[in-house]
Amino acid sequence: MKYVDEYRNPQICRRLVAEIRASASRCYTIMEVCGGQTHGLLMHGIDQELDGVIELLHGPGCPVCVTPAEDIDFAISLCQRERFTVVTFGDMLRVPGTTLSLREARARGGDVRLVYSPLDAVQLAKSDPSREFVFFAVGFETTTPATALAVQQAASLGLENFSMIVAHVRVQPAMEAIMDADACRVEAFLAAGHVCTVNGYASYDRFAERYRVPVVVTGFEPVDLLGGILSCVLQLEQGVAKVENRYERSVHHAGNIEALRVVDETYAICDQPWRGLGKIPNGGLRLRDHWRQFDAAQKFSRVAMPIVEPTPCRSGDVLTGRIRPTECEYFGRECTQDTPLGAPMVSSEGACAAYARHARQRV
Amino acid sequence: MNDEPSLSCPLPDDGRDGEISLAHGEGGRLTRELLRDLLAPLQNEHLVSLPDGATLTASSEQLVFTTDSYVVTPLFFPGGDIGSLAVFGTANDLAVSGARPRWLSLSLIIEERFSKRELARIVASIAQAALTTNVQIVTGDTKVVPRGAADRLFINTAGIGELTLPTPGPGKLEEGDRILVTGPIGQHGLAVLIAREGLGLDPVPVSDSASLWPAVDALRDAGIQVKAMRDATRGGVAAVLHEWADACSQTLVLEAEAIPIRPTCRGACELLGLDPLHIACEGTMVVAVADKEADKALRVLRDVAVSHSAVEIGSVVERRIAPVAIRRSLGQLVPLDEPTGAPLPRIC
Repeated sequence: MKYVDEYRNPQICRRLVAEIRASASRCYTIMEVCGGQTHGLLMHGIDQELDGVIELLHGPGCPVCVTPAEDIDFAISLCQRERFTVVTFGDMLRVPGTTLSLREARARGGDVRLVYSPLDAVQLAKSDPSREFVFFAVGFETTTPATALAVQQAASLGLENFSMIVAHVRVQPAMEAIMDADACRVEAFLAAGHVCTVNGYASYDRFAERYRVPVVVTGFEPVDLLGGILSCVLQLEQGVAKVENRYERSVHHAGNIEALRVVDETYAICDQPWRGLGKIPNGGLRLRDHWRQFDAAQKFSRVAMPIVEPTPCRSGDVLTGRIRPTECEYFGRECTQDTPLGAPMVSSEGACAAYARHARQRV
Repeated sequence: MNDEPSLSCPLPDDGRDGEISLAHGEGGRLTRELLRDLLAPLQNEHLVSLPDGATLTASSEQLVFTTDSYVVTPLFFPGGDIGSLAVFGTANDLAVSGARPRWLSLSLIIEERFSKRELARIVASIAQAALTTNVQIVTGDTKVVPRGAADRLFINTAGIGELTLPTPGPGKLEEGDRILVTGPIGQHGLAVLIAREGLGLDPVPVSDSASLWPAVDALRDAGIQVKAMRDATRGGVAAVLHEWADACSQTLVLEAEAIPIRPTCRGACELLGLDPLHIACEGTMVVAVADKEADKALRVLRDVAVSHSAVEIGSVVERRIAPVAIRRSLGQLVPLDEPTGAPLPRIC
């Protein structure tokens, strides 16, 4: 299959592993930002293959994991109202809020529906004017163009029964927060390929310079990931810190200009609380005032709730690479995929879920 | 058609001629008409007088008895429908238990206002599937429930088969045994998902829904000592292997390169972020045989239409890192996880 097989080619993978091993004069600590990368690394056993040469820290790039519990609680409260439907991506369904997940709320009679595209939520609203449809807009920059289009489409259709809970997050401020934290061990970043497909990577130039840290944009297949790690190692060996794009088939320097235009028309940057990490300056997006009739928080008078983290989950430590999932005392004991204490064990991009799926038994 | 003299006034039928009404399930004339008209394609000697039970004569001392309910949505999907699925699914449960499927019961739970035309289509499909599988529908039941009490149509079938190929079962798997799969995996679950969500992929994956009995029969005929067989339905191949690994306390190792997946299915899985090993099949089974029998078993399976693309996908090794492990592109063995919860609800 084109665009897949060539990036899983065993010969190329082995050659890259040999090059990384030959190039690294010591063990380097590299953080992959995106949960999709984490799963790729573990699923293909790259972490084992590079054991002792590269220490992989798993980054914050799991949007479902960092969505605040109170946003989930708000979605749950809406889905339980008469004639209300909450529409969401499948990933959000199992993530625990303060007391319930959306799936549990659905089992108790709440109306929660799954879609693959935010535009489907608009179609639902169009097809049933008697109900109020609230789309739960989560995700990094990757998903923002589609949710922005959903708002614009709902506006052009004149829909009055469509709104969104906006919980979008921006990845670069989180990377800055990680670098600013005490005892940060990250020596290089594998930047998230799909975020960069939308955003480009021009904004990383100043980041790499400011923190003296190599940033390499990669995809999610083993050849992409190994190529990215090799680029990091070569930069670290040469003592340089610059931005490289190893995902050329998808990512351009300036990003997707049309998508960025739609996002900029729709959203403004704001400070955003991240689950497990606290408030990150410029870490999120909100609807611009022009679109405020589509903001569920304003439309349905959301009351600010104090942030209560209901479980002893150490997601903050995991999401910033301070501990590996397996170093958490609850991992595989109180916290499993069937009985998750926190979001990283639930989401398909969560680091704890990646270990539970691909690496639990080799711990 | 109904040849009884029409002496009574016709019962009111809501004025909806093309739809099933509650009266069709109330045991009166409409019920009999429904049974006669719609179930006519299923006719065999057991159904002539619509008795309360079927009297059967078995030629084997050991019988296998199974039941399954079908709630798939949508009712029609590429490669099949709820009717054929209800026959193949239950017949396959018998087949992989080593039994020749002989008789099925058929219970329909119909939501009020369900289309008669669609019901006729489904019954025709049931009849066709029964014919292909060489099983008889010998008894049944029909209930009509009020609107909202069921989602259009639910079917239950129970089946009886005659044991012809007893297997020791997965508990007896040992190091060196080989694991075969009878065809490309993941087809059914994806076909249903894509039809349900209207994902508009082209070409669409087509369900593999089919009877596995010819493959089992060929193995029996060739004298192959099958150690374990299982159709890879809900949870897919991964769920079968996890069950087997638990039963035998060994590790089952898969070779990723060897697993047969059609390009349409693979493309859809990549796009949707699904693992084909977790997705249901309805006409594909996993077979474990001793090392020395594997090549012969593959030859035998490949001579049968339903299993003509059978391949070896892995083997049994001493319990190491995980119950089930998979060797991917880098050659590292990585644990293969057990499906947790259904990524795709109501696929069968």
